[in-house]
Amino acid sequence: MDALQVTNLSVAYEEKVVLQNVNLTTPVGHLTGIIGPNGAGKSTLIKAILNQLPNKTGAVHILERPLNPKDHLVGYVPQRNAVDWDFPANALDVVLMGRYGHIGMIRKPSAKDKQIAMECLKNVGMEAFADRSIGQLSGGQQQRVFLARALAQEAEVYFMDEPFVGVDAATERTIIAILKDLKAKGKSVFVVHHDLQTAADYFDWMILLNQTITASGPTEQTFTEDNLQEAYGGKLFFMDQTKLNKTFN
Amino acid sequence: MNEFWVLLTGSLVGITCGLTGVFLILRKTAMIADAISHTVLFGIVVAFMVTQSLSGFWMLVGAAIAGLLTTFLVQLLQSGGLQEDAAIGVVFTSLFALGVLFITLFAGNVHLDVEHVLMGEIAFVPWDTWDILGFSMPKAVWMLLIVLVFNLLFLVFFYKEMKLTTFDPVFALSIGLPIVAMHYSYMTLVSLTTVAAFDSVGAVLVVAMLIGPAATAYLMSKSVIGMIVWSMAFGVMAAITGYYLAKLWNTSIAGMMAAMIGVLFMLVFLFKPHDGWIWKVFKRMKIKDTEPNIL
Ligand SMILES: Nc1ncnc2c1ncn2[C@@H]1O[C@H](COP(=O)(O)OP(=O)(O)OP(=O)(O)O)[C@@H](O)[C@H]1O
Ligand SMILES: [Mg+2]
Repeated sequence: MDALQVTNLSVAYEEKVVLQNVNLTTPVGHLTGIIGPNGAGKSTLIKAILNQLPNKTGAVHILERPLNPKDHLVGYVPQRNAVDWDFPANALDVVLMGRYGHIGMIRKPSAKDKQIAMECLKNVGMEAFADRSIGQLSGGQQQRVFLARALAQEAEVYFMDEPFVGVDAATERTIIAILKDLKAKGKSVFVVHHDLQTAADYFDWMILLNQTITASGPTEQTFTEDNLQEAYGGKLFFMDQTKLNKTFN
Repeated sequence: MNEFWVLLTGSLVGITCGLTGVFLILRKTAMIADAISHTVLFGIVVAFMVTQSLSGFWMLVGAAIAGLLTTFLVQLLQSGGLQEDAAIGVVFTSLFALGVLFITLFAGNVHLDVEHVLMGEIAFVPWDTWDILGFSMPKAVWMLLIVLVFNLLFLVFFYKEMKLTTFDPVFALSIGLPIVAMHYSYMTLVSLTTVAAFDSVGAVLVVAMLIGPAATAYLMSKSVIGMIVWSMAFGVMAAITGYYLAKLWNTSIAGMMAAMIGVLFMLVFLFKPHDGWIWKVFKRMKIKDTEPNIL
């Protein structure tokens, strides 16, 4: 079964082509890294997959079906700076939003929804902050709240846009442990990631992207110097260090 | 008794606008309230030209359509690459001008003067009554009550949807919430609220009431529901204190109410516990006092 299948996807903002003829297939049960330089179109790819961009051509299938939010198959973690954290809400409120899809329009969250939301907060080590205003959380704590909200969606396929940005080493370990746990449960997780040093350790599948797909497949086959140089357009100075780390690992 | 109706009208304006204004502040589209409060004039004039009557019902219909048109045009210009504030500026000045032009051309001898639209005349509210179901109450009170009920029903049904589409529209879209329909429904309510309020208190006070109490409540609240309650409370406080001060000093009632909204905002801004301005200055002084003198 394929978690994600993208065929001939192209996206343009106004006149500017951002994604060109993207083709991808990823089987279920992988922790996939989406790697590419700034402006490569990583966030755009996720938004296009989630059907948020009107000006796209091509087809996207999630678990071999066209995306339908009513199936509750997809969980989503947007880039943290995509929202205003001064919004008057506490951590639990935000995690509860992950339940809204299941609850449906008009109806109120039930006690069970609140319990699930609380458990998800606990999973990310944030249960002590349930009542805290989101504006008074640190960046790493906000990122954990976003992750907890995605967990509350109880989805099959997750898309996460840079969940490791601005978090400390401890939080990064917590988050990666949760992602690996999702994978162990047979879920599929797609993560936009910037740190090439850790990428090979974290992900067993890779999508290298720069406007179009440079490579996609199992990490051993795709995460090569040649492919990376191609995706980053020869701007990669710190390759040696990556290799260095690898030999020491 | 007349005093009671004026106070009730003012308070209802405070409650209805306070309620509706919360999401204008949270969505950072306070400017659109300004725009809609002016473009409803266009809607009312067109409604008058079509029906040749000044009935409250057709005014509401005209205002709702004008509000939707405003929202739609702003959205259209924005998707064409214009900044939101520029789009709002272009749309509302043109529709307002068109409204004024139509009045002078086609409705010059009717009770629809621009000054009345901008400033309203709340003191005359008690004399213009409607009988509905055997109750005789001022027309303004009826209209505000009806619109308040719409607003309350909308929030009772769609509170969580409004919260999510405001906080994180991208996520809302990913779980299939109809964010565009929500936006237009909400803007329709803003238009209805505006027209129901402005006949009595004028466009200027409507904008003040839509934005001021909600902005003050934003400083106070940790939750959306808390913000809604505070916002309505501030709206009523401004209306009541404004009325009595206007009486005391014999000035414009609507003007005094608008001034009180500003006063309340300043009071909360300065004296709010823990992170009010005064509190912060005080804390800073205390820190300085206890700082060890290194020199
Ligand atoms: N709403 C938009 N309108 C116009 N252009 C856009 C828009 N969003 C993104 N772009 C452009 O599309 C390109 C890809 O953007 P995208 O956000 O997908 O990149 P990214 O790979 O996520 O980058 P980053 O690593 O910085 O997050 C960029 O050149 C960007 O300027
Ligand atoms: Mg991005």
